[in-house]
Amino acid sequence: MPLTSADLAAIWLTLQLASLTTVILLIVGTPIALWLAHTRSRLRGPIGAIVALPLVLPPTVIGFYLLLAMGPHGYVGQFTQYLGLGTLTFSFAGLVIGSVIYSMPFVVQPLQNAFAAIGPRPLEVAATLRANPWDTFFTVVLPLARPGFITAAILGFAHTVGEFGVVLMIGGNIPDKTRVVSVQIYDHVEALEYAQAHWLAGAMVAFSFLVLLALYSSRKSQTSWS
Amino acid sequence: MTSQINLRLQHHYPGFALDLDLQLPGKGVTALYGHSGSGKTTCLRCIAGLERASQAYVQVNGHIWQDSQRNHFVPVHQRALGYIFQEASLFPHLSVRANLEFGLKRIAHQERRVDLAHATELLGITHLLTRAPHNLSGGERQRVGIARALLTSPKLLLMDEPLAALDSQRKSEILPYLQRLHAELDIPVLYVSHSQDEVARLADHIVLLNEGKVLGSGPIGETLARLDLPLARGDDAGVVIEGRVGNYNLNYQLLTLQLPGSTQHLRVTHASMAIGQPLRVKVQARDISLSLHPAEHSSILNSLRVTVVSETAADNQAHVLIRLDADGTPLLARITRYSRDQLGLRTGQILWAQIKSVAVLA
Repeated sequence: MPLTSADLAAIWLTLQLASLTTVILLIVGTPIALWLAHTRSRLRGPIGAIVALPLVLPPTVIGFYLLLAMGPHGYVGQFTQYLGLGTLTFSFAGLVIGSVIYSMPFVVQPLQNAFAAIGPRPLEVAATLRANPWDTFFTVVLPLARPGFITAAILGFAHTVGEFGVVLMIGGNIPDKTRVVSVQIYDHVEALEYAQAHWLAGAMVAFSFLVLLALYSSRKSQTSWS
Repeated sequence: MTSQINLRLQHHYPGFALDLDLQLPGKGVTALYGHSGSGKTTCLRCIAGLERASQAYVQVNGHIWQDSQRNHFVPVHQRALGYIFQEASLFPHLSVRANLEFGLKRIAHQERRVDLAHATELLGITHLLTRAPHNLSGGERQRVGIARALLTSPKLLLMDEPLAALDSQRKSEILPYLQRLHAELDIPVLYVSHSQDEVARLADHIVLLNEGKVLGSGPIGETLARLDLPLARGDDAGVVIEGRVGNYNLNYQLLTLQLPGSTQHLRVTHASMAIGQPLRVKVQARDISLSLHPAEHSSILNSLRVTVVSETAADNQAHVLIRLDADGTPLLARITRYSRDQLGLRTGQILWAQIKSVAVLA
C-alpha cells in the first residue's frame, strides 16, 4: 500500500476543506462580484483591491493576522468565546475561514469578469419583460454567467487544495482536524520518508494538472474568465 | 380613464440637460424626432424607468409611473410597457420560442391580450420558433424582439430606433410589419427616430426635440408644415397627407386619393386598393410649383386649388417657403424668391399648386 491511512485521512480532510470552502465562496463571492461588476460607487476600487490582496500577500502574512484575530485575545476569538464556541485557531472551522479568505480572489474575479461581460443590457431587457431582480438573476444572469461559475468553482477548489502557509499558521498539524495533504507531505519530508512524500506529491501534481487541463480545454466554449 | 400620456421630465448630466413637459395622445404612434444627442433615448429610458429622472411626473393612460414630488417610482418590471432596443438584445441562452415566452409567462392570464400565434403571425416569425438567436438575421432578430415585447400585452410600446442598426434592405423588410402593428393593435407607441422617412411613414404625432428641449409637438400633417420649426427649412421639407382611396382606374393604374374634408383629390400611380382605405402620401415642398391659373394641357397629374397662408425664409437666400392650405390640408411649397415676386404672392391669395410627384408611404 503506497499510501498510509494517515495519508488517506489527509486527502479526505483536504477534499472536505476544499469542497466546503468552494461552496461558501460561491455563495459569498457572487454578491461581491455582482456589486463589483455593476457599481459606480467610489468604494469599488478599495473593495476590489482588498479582495485581490491574497493574490500578492505571502500566505504567512494572512495566516499571522488570522491567528491574532481568531486567538483568545483577538476580536473574532473574543466573540466566538462569548458565544461559547471557544477559539477557532487549530480547528477545522478556523481552516475553512482562512481558506475562504485565501481563495476569495480566485472565485470573485472570474465571476466579476463574467458578470461584466454580460453587461447591463440583458438585465434591462428582463426588467422590461416583467422579471424582478431575483427572477432576472436566476433566469438570465446565472445561465449567461455559467462558464464564469465553472471557472470560479474549479479555481477556488484547486487553490484551496494547494494551500499550505495559512494552514500551518492557524491550523497547525492535528491529524483528522487540520492536517491536510500539503502539511502531510511536509511531515513526510521532515521525517525523511521520501518515498511516502513522493506518492502524495505525485498525486498532487497529477490532480493539479488534470484540473487545469479540464479548465484550459473548456476555455474555447467560454465567454469569459480571468 | 384618460387616453393620454403626461410627461414632465427634468434630468441633468454633465453637459446635458433634459427638460420637457408634454401631453401626448394615448393612442397611435408618436415619434420623438431629433438629432443624436437631442435627448430622445434618455427621454424614453426615463419613461420606462430604466433611468430615474431627478424631477419627473410620468402618467400613461391613467397609471402614474413616477411622481418625484410624492417620491413615487414604480420599478421597471412593474410597468406595463414594452421596450424595443436599438439592437434586438435577445437572450442568447434561450431559443426564439423561449425568448418570446419570457415576458408572456410573467403576465397573468387575464391580462394577456396578445397570444403567441397572433404575435408570431403578425411579425412573420412563426417558422423561426425553434431556432437559436445567433442563427437569425438582424431583421429577424429585431422582429422577434418586437414580438417578445408585444407578448407582455403592454399599455405603451417604447421603440428606441428599432431600425437604426439595420441596413436599408432590412429596414424595408421590417417597416411593413410596423405599419401592420399600427393598424391592427390598439397600443400607443412612442417611437424614437432620427429618420424623416420612418417618421413620415409611421407617426401620427411628432415631437421635435433639440438639446433636451421640445421645439414643437403636434399631429404629423400639421407639424411638418409649421414654418417656425427647422423641419420646414431643409431641402427635404414636405408634408404627409393621409387620405382615403376614392376610386381606382385599372386601365391607367391610377388611384384617386380624397383629401380629408375636401372634394379635391390627388392621383397617384399605385396597385389596386379597396375604396375607402386610408393611404398616406408625402409631398415634398420642392415638388410643388405655384401658378395663378389652373394648368391646362399639362402632363402634371395633380393640381390643387390652395390659399396662401404664410411665408418664411428657406435655408438659403434664393428660396422661400410658402405655407398653403388646400381645404384644411396644409401644404408646403419651396419656390425661388424671384418667382414669389413675379407672382406677387400675398396672404389669402388663391393659387393652383402643381404637384410634380407624390410619394406613397406604404
